[in-house]
Amino acid sequence: MAEIQQQADSGKGGKKRAKKMSTKIDMTPMVDLAFLLLTFFMLTTTFNKPNVMQITMPVKPKPGDPPQELKASDALTVLIGENNKIYYYDGLLSDKDKPELKLSSYDANGIRKVLLDHQRQNPKTVVLIKPDDKSNYKNMVDILDEMNITDQKKYALVEISKADTELIKSSGL
Amino acid sequence: MPKVKPHRTSPSLDMTPMVDLAFLLVTFFMLTTKFAPEEVVVVDTPSSTSEFKLPESNVIRILIDKDKRVFFGLESDKAKPLLLDRMGAKYGVTFSEKQKRAFGGLNSFGVPVQQLGSLLNMGSEQRKEVKQPGIPADSLNNQLIDWVMEARKANQEAIGKPTYIAIKGDGNADVPTVKKVIKFLQEKNINRFNLITDLENKPTVSK
Repeated sequence: MAEIQQQADSGKGGKKRAKKMSTKIDMTPMVDLAFLLLTFFMLTTTFNKPNVMQITMPVKPKPGDPPQELKASDALTVLIGENNKIYYYDGLLSDKDKPELKLSSYDANGIRKVLLDHQRQNPKTVVLIKPDDKSNYKNMVDILDEMNITDQKKYALVEISKADTELIKSSGL
Repeated sequence: MPKVKPHRTSPSLDMTPMVDLAFLLVTFFMLTTKFAPEEVVVVDTPSSTSEFKLPESNVIRILIDKDKRVFFGLESDKAKPLLLDRMGAKYGVTFSEKQKRAFGGLNSFGVPVQQLGSLLNMGSEQRKEVKQPGIPADSLNNQLIDWVMEARKANQEAIGKPTYIAIKGDGNADVPTVKKVIKFLQEKNINRFNLITDLENKPTVSK
């Protein structure tokens, strides 16, 4: 390949000399192997580390502390339903208030737009995320990811209430 | 007139410096590489845009698969034997030296502590065949949180460094199991943890 063994000069006649061997060896196969290994190790190292999403849950309130009040005007509730469905409503659900439930989606024009709109109107928006028991973990990660994408600082994972599930059912969405 | 012969240079070139460099790099990568640990179950993680990387050691891994099973793993070589001792003492199970060594090579497992001994006695091939039931994690028999708490203490004792807690859930894992694990952690005042995800390109957000 890269090396051509040069013929040692074997002149006719004259004294018989010991054949002079070239001191060079063909390194090509070794280099091939070295680079193969190099590529292999380089690729395996860089793709090894998994990515993580950091989440911080609120500190458990002490028994004596008053519960934190959240104004209904600042709240946006996001419900994660089964079959990759996502719903949201403004404010909080209570006995007197029945907010209108809206269906959204996980793509770029879905819940992300809703979140951004809310942030623009009210920078103090707090998002309450309520995953339904039938929803899957991927949806939960997706919505937490949306919080990162839209740079939503205040959000909380909350247990879904019975009233919420009934709201989903009665809305028929 | 004699013909002018072009000066013939040998086509060989000195590859030695290149080879030196190549082998240097090979050695470097060989020594620094840590192969992706083999997991007991296939966990297909969902993707997110987060770019944080998981640290390599001092990590407690909690795996949640799609059948609601929970697995536990600790990435900290020094703390592992200590952890096994502590858990053994807590549940009244003793482990032999051989089992301890096997535990060191185990990445994650999903059996109750009472059955851990027989799992450790198996060869690594045999271990793959066994269907592990998952670590008991309910209010009556909550071994998972004991593993987590003891792993934190053992790591603190062995290396003196805090541990990171990473939850690796399958995309199809159900939310109640994940929420249950998070609730257990919160009860022990562990409020910071990581969710392992795949990388996804960050979409541009138009404000």
